[in-house]
Amino acid sequence: MNHPLPPETAEHPLAPGQRLAEVERRELSPEALAEIRALAQRYPQRMAATLPALYVAQRDFGFLSLGAMKAVARALELPEGHVFGVATFYTMFRKAPVGKYHMQVCTNLSCALRGAAQVVKKLAERTGAVPGGGPTADGLWSIEEVECLASCGSGPCVQVNHGVYDEFLDEAALEQVLEACRKGEVPAWGEE
Amino acid sequence: MRIRTKRDPQSYTFPGYGTEAFPSLLLRGAGDLDNWKIQAYEGRHEGYQALRKALASAPAEVTEEVKRSGLRGRGGAGFPTGLKWTFMPKDTEEKKVTRYVVCNADEGEPGTFKDRAILEYNPHQLIEGMIIAGWAMQCRMGFIYVRGEFKWLVDKLDAAIQEAREQGYLGKNILGSGWDFDLLTYRGAGAYICGEETALLNSLEGRRGEPRVKPPFPAQVGAYGQPTTVNNVETFACVPPILRMGGAAFAGIGSPNNSGTRIFGISGHVKRPGLYELPMGTPLRFLVEELAGGTSSGRPIKAICPGGSSAPFLTAEDLDTPMDFDAMKAKGTMAGSGGVVVMDDSVCMVQVALRLAHFYAHESCGQCTPCREGCNWMEMILHRIEHGQGRMEDLDLLASLTPRINLRTLCPLGDAAAGPIESILKKWRPEFEHHVKTGHCLAQESHLLVGAH
Repeated sequence: MNHPLPPETAEHPLAPGQRLAEVERRELSPEALAEIRALAQRYPQRMAATLPALYVAQRDFGFLSLGAMKAVARALELPEGHVFGVATFYTMFRKAPVGKYHMQVCTNLSCALRGAAQVVKKLAERTGAVPGGGPTADGLWSIEEVECLASCGSGPCVQVNHGVYDEFLDEAALEQVLEACRKGEVPAWGEE
Repeated sequence: MRIRTKRDPQSYTFPGYGTEAFPSLLLRGAGDLDNWKIQAYEGRHEGYQALRKALASAPAEVTEEVKRSGLRGRGGAGFPTGLKWTFMPKDTEEKKVTRYVVCNADEGEPGTFKDRAILEYNPHQLIEGMIIAGWAMQCRMGFIYVRGEFKWLVDKLDAAIQEAREQGYLGKNILGSGWDFDLLTYRGAGAYICGEETALLNSLEGRRGEPRVKPPFPAQVGAYGQPTTVNNVETFACVPPILRMGGAAFAGIGSPNNSGTRIFGISGHVKRPGLYELPMGTPLRFLVEELAGGTSSGRPIKAICPGGSSAPFLTAEDLDTPMDFDAMKAKGTMAGSGGVVVMDDSVCMVQVALRLAHFYAHESCGQCTPCREGCNWMEMILHRIEHGQGRMEDLDLLASLTPRINLRTLCPLGDAAAGPIESILKKWRPEFEHHVKTGHCLAQESHLLVGAH
């Protein structure tokens, strides 16, 4: 019996056989290191700073390479295994580079009923990026399907990087979002 | 700090909202971008008066008032809030134990978008509710766990907390009571499972968001090993109105045993999607037909998901069901998070089931077997049915799977995954059979899925 399996999407923290991306850089910038040291004092236990510290490292490195995770573990004086475990559990920690404008489209039920699948298709056509397939060659765009963004009443919804959130998307609104990105009016990945 | 300044296109009100029949307790001023500031809350919405009232009475009396109001948790389970507060150990002063109050703002249930509106427009009502809860349970510290995608709302909350600190509502010796209390925000990182309270506590401690084995319950061993109470955003936001109007008056709103108002979110194929605050027990038909204007296409309603995607589905025949915890339970579904999703007859139910199964398979934390394996099995079976490779026995296999997931997992995610799939298969089985026989949808124009699913 040869039944097809659903394809592995890039939403999975790490697909089977996928290796963590490695880059040359191994150290946090002095500013990021100072920020993480301050975070370590902020909560009742040092370990609680893991998630906030990973966000800082992600902004600093662009994504969480193996070196970035190790640097966080050193800065917080926590086991590397703990930091890897946390970083790979949560989908918002990127284990591979994304585009300068990372377009996240909710395709869950409410948005799907209002045409989210068409938004993903349109975005792919207009930017050339493959949904879930990493950034385009020029590094500008990446597209990802995400789960509910709590914008069900005003869907379909696209979130660009961490800041901008656009709702009631039709073709004209989508063009406006893309245009705003091209003009640099939207903060690039890691700038916010 | 960047605060969202874009106009919100969504509807939050309706004719008659704010009158005696439809009291406005939670969505006051929603839609107005300056409403989040402390001047607006104090000036227009009787802000922080409930806190003054609470601090003038003993902590136990505050809990009594909440008990009297009959408030039930708005996160989905509907557990009585006042009773939950009494589970906190009393003898902590002698043992020098810290206690925490935690707000669950990890809103991620598909179909639900109510907490976001409170964080956006009424953050001070949440903050006031948490301070009152902190006083009632004699905590010194509270946390607001917000989902990672809501970065701009975390910034807004931080700004609101700072405003409250400057006015002396947070920090040392609050309003001269000699009691200290402060709040910290914590940002999640994209995991639906962290909406489960013990997974949330693990995440708050900087760990993977995996639910804990209970007991011990959070009231014994919660955040950082200390007694903790976790409530939903909307639950905390109900507390200031309860203290202002009195528990008995709050209990007079809504239906018996389901008191107060609730924010219902309606989405999907309707003319006017949005958030509507209604007394509990309002019939589903009023929300769907009167407020949301019926289906946007004018086609008949096929399916209704009454309480977020984890609630078993209803059909148009069930429109007269009152929207409260008990009536929904009697119908075999649940009031859940109050997110109502309406689907017209252009929708293929196999696609709906597959999309939901994909969600739960993706969000399962992987800790216990029925959920980890079961959700993936459900997705694989539904995937092959949708793609024309299903067999008739797959339908029986699917039907035998759901009861093996339901109630057999550490946390309710397994039940949440099994319930809707089970109800869809039961109520729309001919569509599944048609798929298996012909390889195509019965509903021809349904395009819910992106290539990958």
